Amino acid sequence: MTTRSADSAKAVLEARDVTRTYRMGEVDVHALRGVDFALFQGEFLVLVGASGSGKSTLMNILGGLDRPTSGSVLFDGKDLARAGDRELTEFRRRHVGFVFQFYNLMPSLTARENVALVTEIARDPLAPAEALEMVGLGHRLDHFPSQLSGGEQQRVAVARAIAKRPEILLCDEPTGALDYRSGVVVLEVIERVNQELGTTTAVITHNAPIAAMANRVVILHDGEVEEERRNESRTPASEIRW
Amino acid sequence: MSLSTLNRKLLRNLRETWAQVATIALVVAAGVAAFVALQATVDSLQGSRDRYYEEFRFGDVFASLERAPDPVARQLEGIPGVTGIDTRLVAPVRIPIEATTQPPIGEVVGLPPGGDAPLNRVLLLEGRMMEEGRADEALLLEPFARRFGIVPGDTLPVIMEGTLRQVRIVGIANSPEYVYPAPPGGDAIPDEERFAALWMDREAVAPTFRMEGAFNDVVLRLGPGASLPAVLAEVDRILDPYGGRGAVARDRHRSNYFLDMRFEQLSGMATSVPLVFLAVAAFLLNVVLSRIINLQRGEIAAMKALGYHNREIGLYYGKYVAVVVLLGTVGGFLLGGWMGQGITSTFLRFFGLPLLEYSVPASTFIPAFAVALAFGLVGAFVALRRILRLSPAEAMSPEAPARYRPSFLERLGLGNLFGTSGRMILRELSRHPVRTTLSSVGVALAVGIIIMGRFSMDAMDFIIDSEFYLASREDVSVSLVGPTSDRAVKEVRGIPGVRFAEGLRVTPVRMASDHRSRDVPLYGYPDENRLRILLDGEGRRVPMPVGGVVLTRTLAEMLGVEAGDTVRVRLREGRADERTLVVTGTVTQAFGLQGHMRLEDLNQLLGEDPAVNQLRLALDRGSYPEVERRLSEMPRVMEVTRKEQAVARMRALSGDTQRVLVLVLSLFGAVIAVGVVYNNARVALSVRARDLGSLRVLGFTRREVSTILVGEQMIQVLVAIPFGLWIGRILAGLLAGSIDQEEYRFPLLISTETYAFAVSVVLAAAVASAFLVRRRLDKLDLIGVLKTR
Ligand SMILES: Nc1ncnc2c1ncn2[C@@H]1O[C@H](COP(=O)(O)OP(=O)(O)O)[C@@H](O)[C@H]1O
Ligand SMILES: [Mg+2]
Repeated sequence: MTTRSADSAKAVLEARDVTRTYRMGEVDVHALRGVDFALFQGEFLVLVGASGSGKSTLMNILGGLDRPTSGSVLFDGKDLARAGDRELTEFRRRHVGFVFQFYNLMPSLTARENVALVTEIARDPLAPAEALEMVGLGHRLDHFPSQLSGGEQQRVAVARAIAKRPEILLCDEPTGALDYRSGVVVLEVIERVNQELGTTTAVITHNAPIAAMANRVVILHDGEVEEERRNESRTPASEIRW
Repeated sequence: MSLSTLNRKLLRNLRETWAQVATIALVVAAGVAAFVALQATVDSLQGSRDRYYEEFRFGDVFASLERAPDPVARQLEGIPGVTGIDTRLVAPVRIPIEATTQPPIGEVVGLPPGGDAPLNRVLLLEGRMMEEGRADEALLLEPFARRFGIVPGDTLPVIMEGTLRQVRIVGIANSPEYVYPAPPGGDAIPDEERFAALWMDREAVAPTFRMEGAFNDVVLRLGPGASLPAVLAEVDRILDPYGGRGAVARDRHRSNYFLDMRFEQLSGMATSVPLVFLAVAAFLLNVVLSRIINLQRGEIAAMKALGYHNREIGLYYGKYVAVVVLLGTVGGFLLGGWMGQGITSTFLRFFGLPLLEYSVPASTFIPAFAVALAFGLVGAFVALRRILRLSPAEAMSPEAPARYRPSFLERLGLGNLFGTSGRMILRELSRHPVRTTLSSVGVALAVGIIIMGRFSMDAMDFIIDSEFYLASREDVSVSLVGPTSDRAVKEVRGIPGVRFAEGLRVTPVRMASDHRSRDVPLYGYPDENRLRILLDGEGRRVPMPVGGVVLTRTLAEMLGVEAGDTVRVRLREGRADERTLVVTGTVTQAFGLQGHMRLEDLNQLLGEDPAVNQLRLALDRGSYPEVERRLSEMPRVMEVTRKEQAVARMRALSGDTQRVLVLVLSLFGAVIAVGVVYNNARVALSVRARDLGSLRVLGFTRREVSTILVGEQMIQVLVAIPFGLWIGRILAGLLAGSIDQEEYRFPLLISTETYAFAVSVVLAAAVASAFLVRRRLDKLDLIGVLKTR
C-alpha cells in the first residue's frame, strides 16, 4: 500500500509488490511478502522493524545489490528487477550511496583515499576533503581506518557515500555497531547531508526512537509493510535518546 | 570415535580445497618426476652399458701399433695384473658406396675361427657368422647397416689396401667397442653414416694386410687391483719398438670416451637439475601450505575451543600435508617412471646400446617423499604455531584489523603516480613483505628453471657458430691416407670450383708436463693460413708461434701450464722421441684438447719433408658435387667431410636431449608459476573477500575489482622477472659447470630468445591462473560481505 505524501513529490525509487524468498535447504524463507514502497524526492525516511522483519532485504533490493523474487523496482522509468549485473553496477555507481553497519572501509586506504576511491569513478563528485569536512573529519584526512574510532569510521563511510552526490542515500543500521554518543553524531551528519545536499535518504534501524527524525516512517513486520506515517514535527538527531 | 570424525573432516577439508591441493601436489609431482626420471635414466643406461661391457668382455686397455710378430703377445700377457689378452688385426678401409655423396670409411676387425673373440666380443644381431677361411664374408656394424638398409645377403664394396673387393655381408652385429661409432682420427664426431666396422675371418684376411703371424692391435683385460698406469707404461714399453701408438685405458677409448662424455653430461644433469626441482617444489609447498593453514584459522580456533589439544590439531594438519605430499610424490613417481622410460629409450637408441634394461630405482621414492614432506611440515607448522599461540577466543575472531601504512614508494613521494587502486595494491604487498618476497622468489625460480632448460640450445648455437663458422672457414675438409707431399695442395687448388685450399699436418702425440699427460692431436698450419683461425677468449686472432706451440685452454689447464711454460711432446709417428716445446699461448675452443703450431715446425719436428695429411677447401657456391667427384678420384684421399653435414650431425646429436630438457623444464616452470599465482590469488581472495565485495557494492565493476586482485599478483610476477633472469644465469652456470668436459666446453651464453621464452611461459601461466581465480570473484556474495565485520 503506497500513500502519496501530502506535497505529492516525485517518487525517486519505487518497489511494487516485491517478494523475496530465500531457499534454506528444504524450506523457503519469505523475507518479503509483497511490499509496495516508494522513496520521494528529498525526503528523510526511516524504515523500522524488528530484527528479521526484512529491512535489509528490502534495502538491498532497492539499492541494486539483490533482485526480488517477484515484483518490480522502478528507477528513472527502468525496472531494476530485470536489470543485468552490468546495469545494477552502473546504478550503484552513479545513483546510490550506501552506509552499512560495519562501515566496509578499505583498511589499506586513508580516510581521504577511501572517499577518493568513489570520487575517481563518479561523474560530478565533491572533492574528498570537502566530503570529509562535511562529516566533521576535515582534520583526519590522512588517517587509516585502524587509526580511527568506530564513529569516525562510520562518518568516513557517510562521506564516501555522499561524495559522488548520489540521488539516494541508503543507510542500513548506521548506528548498529556504535555507542550512543558516536551514533548521534553519525545521525546528525546524515541529517545534514539530507538538508544541505537534498539527498533522498533512507535510514534503516531496529531502534524505534530514531524514527522521530524522519519526515516519514515505514514500519516493516514479517516481510510486509505494517504501517506508514508522516511525522508532523521532526526531532533533531541531537535530541534523540535511546 | 572423535578421531574418525576428525578424519572425515580431513577428507572434506581436502575436497573443499581440492584446487589448491591439486596445484601443490602438481608442483611436488613435477619435482619428483624430474628427479625420478633422470635418476632412472642414468641408472638404466649405466646398467645397460655395464651389463653389455661385462657380458661382451670389453677391454680395459687398448693399444694399436704398426706391426708386431705374434710372440710379442706373450710378453704382454706377462704384465702383472693382465688377466685377458687379445692381439688382433684392425685395418682401415674405404667403402665406396653410391648411396652417399662421400664414401664412408671403415675398419676391418679380424676374428678368430668361429668368430668368438676372447675380448670385445661380437653380438650377432641378425644372420650368421662368416665361414672359416673365407676372405669375402663379413659381419657389418648395426647402425651403419640400419642407416643404409643393408641386410644379410647383400654385398658391400670395400677398398682394402687400395684394392676394391666385393664383401658379402652375412650378419649384422654390434660390439662394446663400437657403441658410439666414431671414425678413427683426432676430432671426429661420432657418425653412424660415415663409419662402419666389418668383422672378418682373421686368417683369411691377414695376407691382404700383410699381417700373417703378426698383429697391430691389442685389447687387454685387467684383474682387480691391477695398477692401470703401470700396465699402460709397460704396454708402451713393450710395443715401442713395434710402432706402438700409445696404450689407452677405457676412458680414452674412442667409443667409450664419447659414451662417458654423454653419460657424464646426463648424470651431471640428473643430480643438479632434480635437486633444484625438489628444492623449488619444497619451497613452494612450504609457502603455499602456510597460507592455506592461515585461512583455516577460524576452524582451528573452533577445534581448540572444543577441547582439542595442540598436538591433535598438529597431527591433523600433519596428515593434511602428508596426503598432499603423498599425492604429489606418487603422481611424480608414476610420471617420472613413464618419462624416464621415454628418455631412456631415446638415449639407448641414440647410443646404440642393446639389452635395454629399464628400472625405476625404488630407492628414489623415500628421499623424494621425505624431502617434500619435511618442507611441507615446516611450512604448515610455522603457520599453525602462530595460530595455536592465540587463545581460542582471539583466534575465533577474525584477524586483528589490518594496520596499513603508506608503502615505501609512497614514502619516497611517488604516491601520486598510482591511482587509489594502485595504492591499495602497493600497501597490501608492502604489508606482507615476507609473503610478497617468497612469492616473487617462487616465480623467479620458475623463470630461472626455464632459462636453464633452454640455455643449452644457446650454448650449442654458440659452439657451432664459433667452431664451425668463425674459427674454421672452409667448406670441406679432406683426410688423406697418410702424410702426403704438399704438392697435393696445389693439385687440389687446380680443381675447378675450389676457391682456396690449404694443407694441414695432424699427428697424434702425448703431451706432458710434470706427471700430467694427455694424448692429443698436434696440428701444423701453413704460414698464410686463412681457413683455420685460432681465436683467444675475446675472439681475437692468436698469431701462430714461431718454434712454439699454442694449446687449447682446457688442455693447458689440464697440464697445468701457461704461456711461457714448456711441455714435453712425445711423437707417435715418424721418429718416436721426446721433444720440449714452449707454450706461447692458449686459445679458447669448445671442442678438443689440441696443440697448434706452424706446419714447417711440425714437419721439422717429425723429421719429414714438407707434408700434409689434411686439406681444407673453400668452394664456390654450388660446386660441391663436382669437387667431391674429383676428390674421390684422387688415390690419397681417404675421407671428405662437408662442414654443413658436420654441423647438421652435431645438431642432431644434441637435439633430442635438448628438446626433452626444454619441454620438461618449461612445464615445470609453468607448474611453479601456476602454483604460486593461483594459490596466492586464492588466499588473497579469501582474506580480502570483504574488501573486494565492498568495492563491488560501491559500484566498482567486476573488471575493476579483478584488476586489483590480478594486479596484485602481476606486480609480484613482474618484480620477480628480472630476478628470475639472474637466477636463470646462475642455474645455467651450474648446469654448464656440471657438464664441463675435457673436450667440450659449454660457454655461459644466454640468448635474448631464451630470456623472452622463459618470461613468456611464466607470464602466460601466471595470467591464466590469475584469471582462473577471477572467475571465483564473479561469484562473490555481495550481501554476505556486509553482514560480517
Ligand atoms: N542470505 C539469506 N539466506 C537465507 N535467509 C536470509 C538471507 N538473508 C536474510 N534472510 C532471512 O530473511 C529474513 C529477513 O532478513 P533481513 O532482511 O536481514 O532482516 P532485518 O534486516 O530486518 O533484520 C530473516 O528471516 C533472515 O533470516
Ligand atoms: Mg538487517
